[in-house]
Amino acid sequence: MAVRADEVRGIRLASTGRVARRQAVSRASRYVLLAATLTGVAMLVYLGYETVDRGWSRLSWDFLTSYPSRFAERAGLRSSLIGWVWVLALTVVFAIPIAIGTAIWIEEFAPRNKLLSLVKLNLANLAGVPSIIYGILGLAVFVRFLDLGPSILAGSLTLALMILPMTVIASQEAIRQVPPSIRQGALALGATRWQMVWHHVLPGAMPGIMTGTILAVSRAAGETAALIMIGAFTFIAYDNTSPFEDFTTVPVQIYNWTIRPQEAFRQNAAAAIIVLMVVIFAMNLAAAIIRERFRQQQ
Amino acid sequence: MAAQSGPDAISYADLRRRRAAHLGERFIELILLACAAVSLITTAAIVFVLFEETVSFFENVSFSEFFLETEWQPLFRPVSFGIWELVAGTANVVIWSLVFALPIGLAAAIYLSEYAAPRTRKVLKPILEALAGVPTVVYAYFALTVITQDVLRPIFGQDIQFFNALGASIMLAVMILPTIASISEDAMSNVPRELREAAYGLGATRLEVAIRVVVPAALSGIVAAVLLAIARVVGETMIVAVAAGSTPNLTLSPLESIQTMTGYMLQVALGDAARGTIDYQSIFAVGSMLFVMTLMLNIAATVIVNRFREAYE
Repeated sequence: MAVRADEVRGIRLASTGRVARRQAVSRASRYVLLAATLTGVAMLVYLGYETVDRGWSRLSWDFLTSYPSRFAERAGLRSSLIGWVWVLALTVVFAIPIAIGTAIWIEEFAPRNKLLSLVKLNLANLAGVPSIIYGILGLAVFVRFLDLGPSILAGSLTLALMILPMTVIASQEAIRQVPPSIRQGALALGATRWQMVWHHVLPGAMPGIMTGTILAVSRAAGETAALIMIGAFTFIAYDNTSPFEDFTTVPVQIYNWTIRPQEAFRQNAAAAIIVLMVVIFAMNLAAAIIRERFRQQQ
Repeated sequence: MAAQSGPDAISYADLRRRRAAHLGERFIELILLACAAVSLITTAAIVFVLFEETVSFFENVSFSEFFLETEWQPLFRPVSFGIWELVAGTANVVIWSLVFALPIGLAAAIYLSEYAAPRTRKVLKPILEALAGVPTVVYAYFALTVITQDVLRPIFGQDIQFFNALGASIMLAVMILPTIASISEDAMSNVPRELREAAYGLGATRLEVAIRVVVPAALSGIVAAVLLAIARVVGETMIVAVAAGSTPNLTLSPLESIQTMTGYMLQVALGDAARGTIDYQSIFAVGSMLFVMTLMLNIAATVIVNRFREAYE
């Protein structure tokens, strides 16, 4: 460490008394605040450890390919995995085109009037509506009124409405990132507005839209309450082959096993949580990679 | 195409093609407008559905019973629909989750904004925000099996019930930690440097600058963060349904078994209530209450954030 100038001259500039105390408190505060910041991270690590500790031994190929059962040792995730894939795939099919269409309308076509501000305000508020409210909307409209029953179709429509606001907002941001010069260039060469959007704006915004979409789907993948509201809390011992069938998903199965008193089912829940978290983590990682790639290209 | 051959050379076919393209454009614009309308229709449908069933509910249960009675007992006779036990349950977990999340979240925000090197912040902030991406059913599992069984039971012994508000509140606090920390940090980072430098110039230490200058200047952003966090707790279902119990209970004690508004809604849905029954209608009445509460919290947060932006730009 370098010798301080005041020490060379033999002068002591260190503070004393009240000032010294204030400075000491301030220096110590760094570590207290850092500790608080790390609390959340520590919690994540602790909970991750607990889950792996409890669930790892249950994780096997049989666990992934067996139907649920009254006997914890024989129960598995087969039907909930299949139902999960069905619901999420259809959610993407319903939500993404509408979300991108809404974002394009807002950013590229909408007249700057009251209707536009209404749509924007509405989206911001919808994003804050609790998932269980989407659940009772799905229950009243899709399950009962349209008479779809607690089917894959009803579930995916409900989840599609739930992730719509956040997907629109992410797509809007991605579209706004495309420089105006690209739009002007396309229009100057005689492209129509739609040709400009389709051939120039959308390709440029695609990585951002995909990032937002993947994150939204990862939220749908973890959703439990809305699906229980529409009736996904059921015992399914067959492979789903049509969107009109009843279904269950991995998060709902985790809930099912968690609320049983037997320790063996809790182990199953821990094992299923490992599966769920791996999938969610993979989605978030994919989103992060796409975002970074895109940044480098720019 | 047409422009290349000059204005005189525009053929009839060209004009027709342009007109077709123009019509196509109009059509596409209508489709896009229809997409945008979906979100408006969603809101309208939510309001309509909640309203319709809530009206049927109040045909059977009087307003005064709903808002003045204190007992919520829909499943056993004599039935009673006093909402306050469920509201108290929700308030209970809101208060106790904030007791944990507010100091820790604010401390994290102060550290990230005022103390951390840019590189540290770049690493820590995304990790903290990852807590928001964990599905809440996972937190629900932890609240029941890890927090209650392994931590709270050994500490409190028989004083704490197996299903209790505290275990749920602790995991709710973990859930809202990123909301509080991240939004507060944004607000603190937006405080102009001049304010900090003026305080340093007067001899304030780093901690004093953070607490006496930055926090007050960013207060509206912090309040907005807390309101959004409260809205998330109020609307959260899985954690409270699994860990907090299903006993409507007019208490703010964290050691007792309670039931929140969301917890009740999920319980009825699990029981598969038939349409037209009072049970089925009651989840819409409680849902209306929930919807109005979260909407007001979100609007309040937005209003406060917008005011705050005007102050420094």
